[in-house]
Amino acid sequence: MSTNAAKTFNFSKLRYTLESFAFIFPAVSIFSIFYIFPFFYIFKLSLYEWNGLSPFMSFIGLENFIELMRDKIWWTSMWHACYITLIALTFQNMLAFGLALACDREIRLKKFYRVVFFLPPVLSEVVVGFIWRWVLNAGEQNGEPYGLLNFALMKSGLNHLITDWLSNPDTALTCIAIVHSWKGFGWGFIMLLAGLQTIDKQLYEAAKVDGANSWETFKNVTVPMMIPVILVVMILTVLGSMQVFVLILSMVGQGLEYEAEVPVTRILAAMTSSKQYGYACAMGVTFGAILIFISFSFKKISERMKQV
Amino acid sequence: MKKIISFCLVLTSFMVSFGFVSCSRPKKDPNTITLWHWMTDRDKTFKELAAQYKELTGIDVQIELFAPSDSYTQKVVASAQAKILPDIYGVLDTKETFANFIKYGYIADLTQEFKKNDGEWEKELFTKALDANRFEPGNGYDVPPGIYGVPLDVTNIQMLYNKKLLKKAGYDAPPETYDEFLEMAKALKRIGVPGLVSGWGELWLADCFASNYAFNIMGEEKVMATYRGEVPYTDKDWVRVFQIFKDLVDGDVLVKGVVTKPNKEAEQDFALERAAFAFNGSWSVNVYKEINPDLEYGVILPPAISNKYPMRIWGGAGSNFVISNTSPNKEKAIAFVRWLTSQKQQAYLAEQTRNLPSNKKALSSISKVLEEFAQSMDNTTHPTIWPVNESPVVTEKYTKGLQSIIIGKKSPEEVAKEIQEVKEKEMEKEQRRK
Amino acid sequence: MAKAKIPINRYQVFQSTKYLFIHIFLMSVAATCIFPLFWMVRSALMTKETIFIDKSLFPSALQWGNFVKAWIGGNFGTYFLNSLFYTFSVVVGIVIISSLAAYAFSRLRFPGKDFFFYMFVAAMMIPLPGSFVPLVVLMNKIGLVNTRLGYILCMINVGLSMSILLLKTFFDKMPSDLEDAARIDGCGKIRIWWNVALPLARPAIAVVVIFNSLNVWNEFILANLLLTDDSLMTLQTGLFKFQGPNLADYPVLMAGLTIAAIPIIIIYLFMQKHIIKGLSSGAVVG
Repeated sequence: MSTNAAKTFNFSKLRYTLESFAFIFPAVSIFSIFYIFPFFYIFKLSLYEWNGLSPFMSFIGLENFIELMRDKIWWTSMWHACYITLIALTFQNMLAFGLALACDREIRLKKFYRVVFFLPPVLSEVVVGFIWRWVLNAGEQNGEPYGLLNFALMKSGLNHLITDWLSNPDTALTCIAIVHSWKGFGWGFIMLLAGLQTIDKQLYEAAKVDGANSWETFKNVTVPMMIPVILVVMILTVLGSMQVFVLILSMVGQGLEYEAEVPVTRILAAMTSSKQYGYACAMGVTFGAILIFISFSFKKISERMKQV
Repeated sequence: MKKIISFCLVLTSFMVSFGFVSCSRPKKDPNTITLWHWMTDRDKTFKELAAQYKELTGIDVQIELFAPSDSYTQKVVASAQAKILPDIYGVLDTKETFANFIKYGYIADLTQEFKKNDGEWEKELFTKALDANRFEPGNGYDVPPGIYGVPLDVTNIQMLYNKKLLKKAGYDAPPETYDEFLEMAKALKRIGVPGLVSGWGELWLADCFASNYAFNIMGEEKVMATYRGEVPYTDKDWVRVFQIFKDLVDGDVLVKGVVTKPNKEAEQDFALERAAFAFNGSWSVNVYKEINPDLEYGVILPPAISNKYPMRIWGGAGSNFVISNTSPNKEKAIAFVRWLTSQKQQAYLAEQTRNLPSNKKALSSISKVLEEFAQSMDNTTHPTIWPVNESPVVTEKYTKGLQSIIIGKKSPEEVAKEIQEVKEKEMEKEQRRK
Repeated sequence: MAKAKIPINRYQVFQSTKYLFIHIFLMSVAATCIFPLFWMVRSALMTKETIFIDKSLFPSALQWGNFVKAWIGGNFGTYFLNSLFYTFSVVVGIVIISSLAAYAFSRLRFPGKDFFFYMFVAAMMIPLPGSFVPLVVLMNKIGLVNTRLGYILCMINVGLSMSILLLKTFFDKMPSDLEDAARIDGCGKIRIWWNVALPLARPAIAVVVIFNSLNVWNEFILANLLLTDDSLMTLQTGLFKFQGPNLADYPVLMAGLTIAAIPIIIIYLFMQKHIIKGLSSGAVVG
């Protein structure tokens, strides 16, 4: 009896497992065809010296990685990506949160705002870069600036603020970060707004009964309830900002020495212009590892905060 | 929900049938050859010519365009690895990459074709244009000597000046020396006109400008010796070359934002008279004509600093086609390219796209400004015809160094030192490889 | 009465000034968001002679013909249909495949579950540029280079990880009462997924749809790499080709860009209600 039951149990368990695998089978098969081969290829190449074309590759072990550790320009570019990410995390997400808070209440034109704030993410990065280059242009004709921002500064008598926004190493990266944040805040806005709307209205009522003012309500009700959403928005912001490059290429090209380089533009440069394919792959592997580390530590933090 | 699902089903079936209809691609036909290119401005003309060719010979030439050009380069390199290159294509890269394509068997040797009938084809084309595709005996790339590509047009990069703006500043003639040029830029500044615009947000254009002056200051021999590692970049002549960029910054000669400017935008600036001088290639004639047909401008060599050595500008073949070595239709592909570079077709291309033809006999059909460009063809040189080239890693550091001078981050001496450091590291690596 | 009225008025004044400030804040941000689109359309309606000179906000003579010129000159008809086809196929594929997988990761038990899930999450982090060459080599080996199917599968792969992550967090949050009830009624797993889980997840699916539509519609690097025949190309690659012959004709160029942006805005307009619902149902709760 008992052995029989165990057998049928095992059989149904096996069937259950197989059925479950059938659910992930399409995803895993596409993934393994299109990701695993390229991934191992990149990983293998990171141990070789190769010009991208020759049938001969020379195995050099971890030399690419050792060189990368010493590559000052690579770490500078990493810092640039972190800087853009930090601005996106603070400025972009605070803007998104502020707008979401404003739109959460019963306010006129709510639907209008909801649509309009999502327009920048819809436009392609090439178009966005093109338009902002025109706004931030530093050129002059007949002694008058024709870039929109500098023109506006001149008209409002702030001539001392006029500068060469995109070609000045002090301002270029910040301009890029701000444009990137402007392009991305729509996603954060919509997610945070959605999060705000799920907060039980009774909690606000209760806070009011307890005599809390609006700041206290915000601090004690809104923020704690929003933490999980905020964390997801932050993870997505980090991923999006660390890998930004089309926007940079369309705003400053290859110009500005190394002042506007980020890891992805370094990888592209190593692959296309300096023909160090193996080195480029080593950069890709290192960069991927760093991103995985960041995301998983975010996940750990979010778990810790949930427990609290 | 049901409505949505049924709607989706209808849409899917429509989409699938649409997908299948256009999926049925023709099998490889011996009378069809494929050509890949990146020249967005010439695509229409190529297709017109291909249609003519089909009527003439019955051979169908499929013209496929890929843009932007970075994307095209990636496609060609990846397709070479996958062994799916088309019959005719172009390698848009350094001479070294071109040589690699030949060495690994992706490009057919056309020497025999050029020499046929007492070198008939070779004689038709400008030597300067062919040189970019030629490998001399004993070349530094280990490529068997011969001609491997077909130039479609010739081009060169020079200084352009706006006649009207110069006159406004009180000058009737363009500058002849470098000092005169700086003087003129100062006078222009006084009437509120910026001096020089160029697309130095693209690395190669700044490299080209510096190279012109390097040839003028130290001569070809010394430049080549530097590339071979015999002369350091810290040499005073090289520092003088870097100093030019400092001069341009100190004299406020450059337009604002030049260091991040794509060439497209620089062309717009010059056409809209936002700068008195431009440093640009002969292809720009077409662009200026489109944006501002009334623009009055002339062409000069960059004004020389020294009279010890002649000023050398970059020029030669503009765009080249090569024939795939593995193509089963090699003969037909060569015949088409041969037809494309003959007088009539060249004249048509030159007229339609305002480029300088690579066929000598087609020169008569070009405009006046282009003629000015063509006159300096004898002064041209190009990295593709030099016996040695700088390694790509050093070139990157070098051009980035030029940018760091323009943004005021480093002095010419510092830049020279940094380039030399990278150069020495690269030479060490080269030694180890051997 | 009169005494009681004054504080109310004061309160109303306070309220309306508060709202005024909120509106000023919202409007100024909204203005920067509308501006590029407005500028694109405005430029598309000028002539190439006036575009660099005319500084007025609204051009006097509107050149609607530019849109026609762009559509015909850029051969947008084919590209447009292709892009629609790719976007639709990829999005449908991703929704089905990723919801199946996400459902399994959330609800079912099987060995290696965590391993597979984290594999997908980690794949999001690897930057794309390094994988161009191996991808083309691979596609050629399996005979999918220069085919619609090959491009579609590649794009499905690109969007898969993110979609699985989003949908899994949603399923995790969803109460399982309804599914339990269906199971007691004797429904199989597939039926529960199709009849119970998917309809409940409709809002979250809207998020996945808008995210991936944007991705596919604006993509051009892989399209250029994997496709060769002009008849298979997408609208974005068409836009780049279009730039050459119209380098100087900015209005027509802008008209082309505007045409390319319209469908994606329409998709967003249709989907945004679901997005709000979708996210508020918990899709973003990590």
